[in-house]
This record gives sequence, C-alpha cells and structure tokens, in this order.
Amino acid sequence: MTDHLSFQRKATNAVMLISTGVCTVFTVGALFFILGYLLFQGGKDLSWSFFTQLPAPVGEPGGGMANAIVGSAKVLLLATCIGVPIGFLAGVYLSEYGGATYSFIVRFTTDLLNGVPSIVIGIFAFTLIVLRTHHFSAMAGGMALGLMMIPIALRSTEEFLRAVPNSMREGAMALGANKWVTIVTVVIPAAMRGIVSGMMLNLARVAGETAPLLFTALNNQFWSPGWNQPIATLPVMIFTYAISPYPDWHRQAWAAGFILLSLVLVVNITARSIVSSGFSNKPR
Amino acid sequence: MATQAGIAQPIRPGGRVGSFIHNLKTGDDIAYGVVWLCATSIIVVTALLVLELWINSAQARTHFGFDFLITSIWDPMAGKFGALPFIYGTVVSSALALLIAVPLGVGAAIFLAELAPPRLSDLLTFCIELLAAVPSVIYGLIGIFVLIPILEKAVVPALKSSLGFLPVFSGPFYGVSIFSAGIVLAVMIVPFIISVSREVLLAVPRDLREAALAVGATKWESTWQVVVPFARTGIFGSIFLALARALGETMAVTMVIGNTPRIQASLLAPGYSIAAVIANEFAEATGDLYTSALIELGLVLFALTIVLNAAAQLLIMATTAKGAGASR
Repeated sequence: MTDHLSFQRKATNAVMLISTGVCTVFTVGALFFILGYLLFQGGKDLSWSFFTQLPAPVGEPGGGMANAIVGSAKVLLLATCIGVPIGFLAGVYLSEYGGATYSFIVRFTTDLLNGVPSIVIGIFAFTLIVLRTHHFSAMAGGMALGLMMIPIALRSTEEFLRAVPNSMREGAMALGANKWVTIVTVVIPAAMRGIVSGMMLNLARVAGETAPLLFTALNNQFWSPGWNQPIATLPVMIFTYAISPYPDWHRQAWAAGFILLSLVLVVNITARSIVSSGFSNKPR
Repeated sequence: MATQAGIAQPIRPGGRVGSFIHNLKTGDDIAYGVVWLCATSIIVVTALLVLELWINSAQARTHFGFDFLITSIWDPMAGKFGALPFIYGTVVSSALALLIAVPLGVGAAIFLAELAPPRLSDLLTFCIELLAAVPSVIYGLIGIFVLIPILEKAVVPALKSSLGFLPVFSGPFYGVSIFSAGIVLAVMIVPFIISVSREVLLAVPRDLREAALAVGATKWESTWQVVVPFARTGIFGSIFLALARALGETMAVTMVIGNTPRIQASLLAPGYSIAAVIANEFAEATGDLYTSALIELGLVLFALTIVLNAAAQLLIMATTAKGAGASR
C-alpha cells in the first residue's frame, strides 16, 4: 500500500516536473522558430535595392523601402527627443527629490500611462495634433511614440539612480557640492550605463510599434521631406504589404520584417549585455 | 521642499526667503523646478489623454447613450454604430489566449524558478524576454503566412473530426478567425506571464520549500502545495497583466481575426476586435459621428485595460510584500 502510494507520488512528481520543462522548451522554441523563419524568408528576398530604392508600383518587381527606413529613423528621433528628456528628468525627481505622496501619484500615473493600449495613444496623438493641424504628419507619429517612451524612461532612470549608494551622495555633499551638482556630477554618471541601456531597450520597444502610427504618421509611397507630411515607417509598411494580395509585396514585407526584427533584437541583446557586465541588478 | 530626500542640508542664515534666494543662486531650486515640472507633466499629459478621449467621444455618447455597448449592428453608411461585436471578439479572443497561455506560462515559470539551475534559468529567461520584444506586426506576419496555413492543413481538420459536434468548432474555416487570433495572442502574452510569475515565485522564502521537503514532500508537492499557493496572488497579477496586454493588442489581431463585425458562436468564424476596428477604420472614417464612435471604442478599451492593470499592480505588490515580510 505505502509502496504503491509512494510510487504514485514519485510518478506524479516526475510527470509534472517534466511537463513544466516541456512548457519552457515550447516557449523558447517559439522564439527560435520565429527567428529562423524570418531569417529564412526575409534573408532570401533581401537585396541592395531594398535599402536604396522607393517602393515600386503594384505589378512592377523590385523596388525597396528606403523611404520607410529613413521615415522610421526620423519618427524615432522625434520620439526620443520627446520621451527621453521628460522620462529621465521625472525619474531624477522621483529618485532624488520626491516626497512620498507626490512620488506615489507620479509613479501611479506613469504605470497608468504605461498600461494604455498603443492604439489609444494613437487616438490621443490624432486628436491632439492631426485634428488641430488638419493633416497627418511625422510630427504626430513621433509625438505618439514619444509618449509611449516616457513611462519606461522614467522607470529605468529611477531604478538605476536608486541603485547608487547613498554614501556617494553624502561624500559629494561633504566636499561642499550643492545637491544638483552632486546629482549631475556624481549620481547620474554612476548610473549612466544602466540608464543608457534602459533607453536603448525603450527605443527598441517603440521601434516596432505600428498601431499608434496608422492614423498619425499614416504612410507614404514617396520621400517625406520635413516634419509636416505623412511619412512611411517600416512597421506600417510591413502591415500594409502583408495584408495586400500581391506576392511581390509579401516578399517585401518579409524582408522588412527581417530588418526590423534584427534591429530590435540586436539592440536588446547589446543593451542587456551592457547592464549585466557592469551592474549586479538587472533592469526589468 | 528640496530637503526631503533625507540628506542633511547646510544651515543657512536669513530665514526662508534668504535660503530661497541662496538656493536659487546656487541652482538648487532651478534644478528642483525643472525635474518637478517634468514629473508633473506626466500627470498633465495623462489627464489630458482622458479628457481628449472623453470630449471627442461626446457626440457618440450623447447620440447612442448606453445602447452603444449593447447593440450589435455596425453600419457606418447607415449611421448605426453598435460596439457589441467588437467587445465580443476582444473578450473571446483574449479568453482563448489566456486558456492556452496560462498553463503554458505558469508551467514554464515553475520550471525556471524551481527546477532549472540558475545559470540555465537566466539564459532561458533572457530568451523569453527577447520573445516579449518581438514587435506585434511581426507576430501578425507569422500569423498570416505560417500559423494560418498550419491551422488550415493540420489543426482545424483534427479539431473538427474530434470535437466538431461542439458549436464552438462548427462551420467552415477560412483561416482568418477568432481562433487564429487567440493562438497568436497566446504566444504574445506567454512571455509576460512567465517573467512576472517567475519573479513572484523567486520571492517566496526559501524556508517554506525546505520545510515542505523536510516533512517528506516530493519536489512537485512542495512546489504545487506550498510555493504556488504562497505566490498565488502574484501569479494572478501576472495573468491580469497579460490579459490587459491581450485586450489592447492591435496589429497581430487585426491581421488574423478576419475583420467581420458579427457575433458567431463558432470560434472558427471570422470576428473583429475593438483595437482592430480602430486600426482599420480610423484613418478613413468620414463624418464626425463615425470618428466619435471609434473614439468611444477607444475609451471603452482604455477603461478596461486601466482597471485590469491597476488590479494587477496591486496583486503583484501584495505578493512581493508578503514574501519580503515572511522572510524577515
């Protein structure tokens, strides 16, 4: 009887432990499958003209996505200029200055903003800019992505500043430095590595965002000079081309997907290895 | 105000006004003002977001009232806007995603937190975090060109022959469907469940495991009957977080759900989701009422995800605090 029971317990033990392992293998397998498939499909259709030419009209083979690559870069630059300074300085406030109540409110609102679905951020940028200026623009797209960058910029800044030991602040102040001089010359440099990698992860996250760009930056088959015209971006191009009925366009979508995913993953891996090589605490 | 961070400030003569002017001269109050302004701007922007959604959906809200949420005809040409098919599609596809992702995610989190050697666990968690970084449009691409053909050739015929008598698996399958959307969503939210659940499990005090093992429990019994119940609220938190993601997810769903505003019993039939209809129709919406109805949909989505996110944060905080308290 007891033998039978303990056998049953041992069997349950083994079966359940193995099945948790299977769950893990399955999930990690999905990543390698996606990577492998994109590498295979996208790499096949990648050519030099993809980087240098404008999209070809329907029916004509060839063409590229040069305008979308430049467009993505422009929109992301704009987003960085909006999201990073605000998030960073607010993070400094929370870590170095904030009182308990107000900090809680700021942190709570930031979490709220972080949880807002990206499509709703798109609506916000639309009502704020597109409705008022009466046209879709790179500006509106950059604004939408910039808003999405704020919460993560704030969180990573705060986290890494907090990891700086208090004795460093006290040391600087004991030498007669002001509070802001202490923060700028001692605290921030000590946390710089972590903050920079946090910002890189942040940028990689919004680089793949499509939903907020659909009706802010819209799309464009041509070059888009300046900041006030509709502009093509890689994610929106992938979406448009993938749902089109043309096999030529599908191939372009795969190639663009390959470029986008490689960029995102390279930035992710670089940023994470910067942190883990220099810091004991990891960003989330 | 600037002295709240707990670090002693030098005592200055001249009272409050004098010290303010001194601070201004040395830059401390300016620095404080700048960072305070940035922190406050986040609150302002978030409030503005809610305000804009509320104001710009006013027309639809006054025109349809509560009926907006419970009628199911969406006919922009005729000026009829009912949100029910979208709410249905969003909820059903997300529920399906949870049904698949929760066992998978919690299982993997248990493996990573309890069984795998730390180095392997870190490596695998790294891979899983990369999976979370894959843009959703890429998932959509894979969904259209890889997942749907697999479902058409292998999975759906098998389902139909074994469970075809159930109404949820009845009717023809055209590839794009709520079922496909649920599966894509499941793959997308698994990483979130895993990474949060793993952290919550790791926060469970060691003594509990050791105590369970000491009284003769097997590894699985100690995990399932002691560690998991302890971390239960946090695991629920991770599930809420994943659900909020799934509800708001746009691109991948838009690409595989079929974009048909109808409520059908079969999961294999095409459907529509709130985020997908906004993505598809917003740029081309003609007329104020149409745009306003779409913005009201955005408001509904916003409210849903905010409630879920807040609940998730509270649950996760409660568990982590419990772990910290018990280990003291």
